[in-house]
Amino acid sequence: MSDRAAIVVVDVGLGNLRSVERALRAALVADGRSPEMVRCTNDPGELREAAALVMPGQGAFGDCATALHRHGGALAKAVGEHLAADRPYLGICLGLQVLFESSEEAGGAHGLGVFEGSVRRFRDGMTDARGARLKVPHMGWNQVIPRDDAAAAWLGRSHWYYFVHSYYVVPSTSSSGCIAGETEHGDRFVSAVSRGRLWAVQFHPEKSQSAGIGLLRSFVRGVP
Amino acid sequence: MTVARRLIPCLDVKNGRVVKGVRFVGLRDAGDPVDCARAYDRAGADEITFLDITASHEARDILLDVVERTANEVFVPLTVGGGIRTREDVDAILRAGADKVSVNSSAVTHPALIEAVAGAYGRQALVVAIDARRRDPNDASAGWGVFTHGGRVDTGLDALSWAREVDARGAGEILLTSMDRDGTGLGYDLELVRAVVEAVGCPVIASGGVGTLEHLALGVLPLSEGGGGADAALAATIFHDGHFTLGQARDYLRSRGVVVRDDATPEDR
Repeated sequence: MSDRAAIVVVDVGLGNLRSVERALRAALVADGRSPEMVRCTNDPGELREAAALVMPGQGAFGDCATALHRHGGALAKAVGEHLAADRPYLGICLGLQVLFESSEEAGGAHGLGVFEGSVRRFRDGMTDARGARLKVPHMGWNQVIPRDDAAAAWLGRSHWYYFVHSYYVVPSTSSSGCIAGETEHGDRFVSAVSRGRLWAVQFHPEKSQSAGIGLLRSFVRGVP
Repeated sequence: MTVARRLIPCLDVKNGRVVKGVRFVGLRDAGDPVDCARAYDRAGADEITFLDITASHEARDILLDVVERTANEVFVPLTVGGGIRTREDVDAILRAGADKVSVNSSAVTHPALIEAVAGAYGRQALVVAIDARRRDPNDASAGWGVFTHGGRVDTGLDALSWAREVDARGAGEILLTSMDRDGTGLGYDLELVRAVVEAVGCPVIASGGVGTLEHLALGVLPLSEGGGGADAALAATIFHDGHFTLGQARDYLRSRGVVVRDDATPEDR
């Protein structure tokens, strides 16, 4: 298929995909490549053909899981095969959370279960070191501290990124090796994970100005 | 580290053009909101807000075009407010590429709009703007009234009870403007900011009156340090007139112990 998109933004019907598409295009242009490599779709066939998948999503874990498992789970299966082949994947917000098994937000909903662990809500009534009340949703700019040099290579060292979320992932002990970066909001929480060519982040690179475009550039460089 | 206090330049847009003078350097056409937004984005704004002060229907299409062109080039959150009356208005503005809508008058006349938008897009997509005026200019204990339609209509609502109500109904943030201070350069009405910050759980954006960098700092410093405790500081004139850059504002806030984003990406990627 000559017109197939190398980078597919997976459309599960949640959130503004176009801002992710625009930012990926800006990252490609900044890297001297064609912005036409990106397409938004929910066609499982196109997902299977894609060199790279980007899974954004804002909203509820349950809605995202439902959309992936709809129609016999064609989307979930395509994403699963992509990950099993260790092709480049970038999860953003729900695209990170849905990699885990379950969420407090949606009792019966099953995520993709790529990583063991669950998704939890921030406690109400948290305060910072100066006694100021911390709010939920965690909204605004915060720093991501990479776990090691490999993570710093794509997350940067304590870069500021834009967050909007009330839930965060909690990898189980057996899957803690996936943790790539952490952020502080009350307690430290896991704000980035990785395994092979899978990268997933809780923040929004598409809204994080130069730090975000830089991360997307690192991602598109890994796409053949 | 913790979540940073945000600096939000605000642009007043009429018929697709910026109407308050914007005179910072390096801009060929200071009247184009897309150029202005791009310049603020590059200068390190944490978010950008457009307030559309247009009345006519045709101008709404111009605004949607401006929002779309801005969203193509600006990679920080964009909020659009002004004249948003219906769910359809909200849908159109978000579809054009805004991340958040700000509603004011229509939230007062149709409070159910707050639940509808928060339910459909999530709380984070909805800012409720409250224009508040002191009942007694010299005595904060007399409280603040809520005004709509650009300050022309007294709703009879009390600002603190209204703030609590919009928070409970699902507002993601409150954009709190002091009508007593707006345009004066005398600083935020800190008593108002503190009262609302203490009344609600959602983030509060302080607005109205900034004339100096000290004013910005006071808006977002914690209550325990004499500040207003707001999550974000919105300002128009102080940035438009080019007297202070966003970088200077950020440096000043940092010098006062406020956690702010560092927009520089230290490593070369």
